[in-house]
Amino acid sequence: MTSDRTSKLSARNLSVFYGDTQALLGVDLDIGANQVTALIGPSGCGKSTFLRCLNRMNDIIEGCRVEGSVLLDGEDIYDSRVDVVSLRARIGMVFQKPNPFPKSIYDNVAYGPRIHGVAGSRAELDEIVHDSLKRAGLLEEVRDRMSEPGTSLSGGQQQRLCIARAIAVDPEVILMDEPCSALDPIATGRVEELIDELREHYTIIIVTHSMQQAARVSQRTAFFHLGRIVEVGDTEKVFTAPTETRTRDYITGRFG
Amino acid sequence: MSERRRAPAPARLLGRHRAERRFRLLGAGAIAFALLALVVLLASVVWRGVSVFTQNRIQLTVDLDAEEIDPRGSRSLKALGNADYTEIIRDALRTAVPGVTSRQEKRAVAALISSEAEYDVRSAVLANPEIVGTQKSFSLALSSEADLYAKGRIDRSIPEGERKLSNQQMDWLDALREQGMIEGSFHWGFLTNGDSREPQSAGVGGAVVGSLLTLLVTLLVCVPIGVAAAVHLEEFAPKNRLTDLIEVNVNNLAAVPSIVFGLLGLALFLGFMGMPRSAPLVGGLVLALRTLPIVIIVSRASLAAVPPSIREAALGLGASRLQLVAHHLIPLALPGILTGTIIGTAQALGETAPLLMIGMVAFVADVPEGLLSPATVLPVQVFLWSDTPERGFEALTAGAIIVLLVLLLALNAVAVYLRQRFETRF
Repeated sequence: MTSDRTSKLSARNLSVFYGDTQALLGVDLDIGANQVTALIGPSGCGKSTFLRCLNRMNDIIEGCRVEGSVLLDGEDIYDSRVDVVSLRARIGMVFQKPNPFPKSIYDNVAYGPRIHGVAGSRAELDEIVHDSLKRAGLLEEVRDRMSEPGTSLSGGQQQRLCIARAIAVDPEVILMDEPCSALDPIATGRVEELIDELREHYTIIIVTHSMQQAARVSQRTAFFHLGRIVEVGDTEKVFTAPTETRTRDYITGRFG
Repeated sequence: MSERRRAPAPARLLGRHRAERRFRLLGAGAIAFALLALVVLLASVVWRGVSVFTQNRIQLTVDLDAEEIDPRGSRSLKALGNADYTEIIRDALRTAVPGVTSRQEKRAVAALISSEAEYDVRSAVLANPEIVGTQKSFSLALSSEADLYAKGRIDRSIPEGERKLSNQQMDWLDALREQGMIEGSFHWGFLTNGDSREPQSAGVGGAVVGSLLTLLVTLLVCVPIGVAAAVHLEEFAPKNRLTDLIEVNVNNLAAVPSIVFGLLGLALFLGFMGMPRSAPLVGGLVLALRTLPIVIIVSRASLAAVPPSIREAALGLGASRLQLVAHHLIPLALPGILTGTIIGTAQALGETAPLLMIGMVAFVADVPEGLLSPATVLPVQVFLWSDTPERGFEALTAGAIIVLLVLLLALNAVAVYLRQRFETRF
């Protein structure tokens, strides 16, 4: 495990309850800065729940209770003094299904900077939007149609638009919840390339069902099973020489 | 084995096709029945009501005899105003219909003209006293019965004793028409006048304005309150016993008979707060209470129909709850909220019972000028006229229903337009 000093996010004894059922049972995980951490595991193992704890998206779910702590640069994000709005500006999120707002492409990307008051002028906002679209690898495709609705793009383009929208706020961490599960292989390839490029600036945590994807894009992998972390380590090691039998069984396709 | 299992299939398949055909026929039959009912309803209303939109008037040359109008020659407004114009008009009519001698015949001739005709002549004289002493041509409204006959609504085959117009009066009207003195024209008065005891000068203008003022109050009160309540219940309120109870009660209120809201309004607005009776303000408030549950339910449903992915996207970017509601939920739920509100308003437009409780059932001859002046509304006007025995009011009732239906259609058209205008696809 990485030491506390170099890790960007650390979960400490994190438990999540949905009503009476416990979805996470005391998870500890350190996530290093500027690398991609993949969370894998069978359906219902708690990996998405864990991901949503990291920017407190579970707060909006009725009857959901979180115990333990998540440290962002050493500060507990579940502390009562933490403002959820500014927390989510630091930790952005990309969802399973592309979910652009039914607004223009420009307004989609400009929304985050607008509500956080990042841009001082129209020109500055333009620059942020262009820069974000460029980093998301979408600028060339949408340069001439910025005022068209975001929903008119193809699925893969929509997902890259959502990534552009997330990075327009300039977060430190980007959470991705199965970002490619609704995309075809070509669009998936483009998003994976993008994730690799974004690693330079951002800390990325990605939940995926595809073992190949985890192997391709991540540097570290955590394997979840039944609400616990079974194994965590460098991706290469987890996939080639897992220490736990359950990990080996899962990645060789024996269950899950 | 498989042979045996497949054997009964053709028969069952036929049965299934027959069942499907029966089902489709039943559906088509139901629609046909509904359409027929609608056509019969509309046709009967239109057939009875369309005649009020025209009115037959008689072109009479009236001798404005100076001796009779102003015997003292003062030409003061008071003298001119007090003169007996009824008699002057009767004289003119007797000249137009020759051979009238007996008192009875004179009275019968006079009954052909609306009693409101004297006001037309008087106001013409008061507006221009110069015309006294000359002969002037006036277009005067026929009396209600004469008008109905001129429109062909009174059948001569009915025994004379059972109708208000005698054979002689009918002959006179026929003669006048042959001379080209009677002609029909569009009756603007029906749309602009207030109520009247005389069918010829009664109109829906007062009721239309009353209805519009009432609806204005209803909309201004129930849209902001309803949308705010829906947003709070749907987005902010915790889900607990209390909010469950509130939700059940809102749903129940939507089903409460509207007259109960009238009683509430009577006790609260008139009794406790001392507001004036028959005022559009009070009517609007009562109808707002009645429409509020519908607006809340529809707005909540529209808010809940916004896909959760939009909520996640906005919150994930760090939008606050208020920003989520103001930037995303309300704009996306707007078509639904508007449609629901307009349908609720359309129902309020047709509401009669609660308004009876707060005194909007009074006879109001003036077109209301403000939210506090006495007024009535269209459905109550229909109710009032339908209760009047005079024949002329039967057509007025149907005419007022036509106006009400046209207003409702206009409201629904606005709803459809707004829906299309603001519709967003996800």
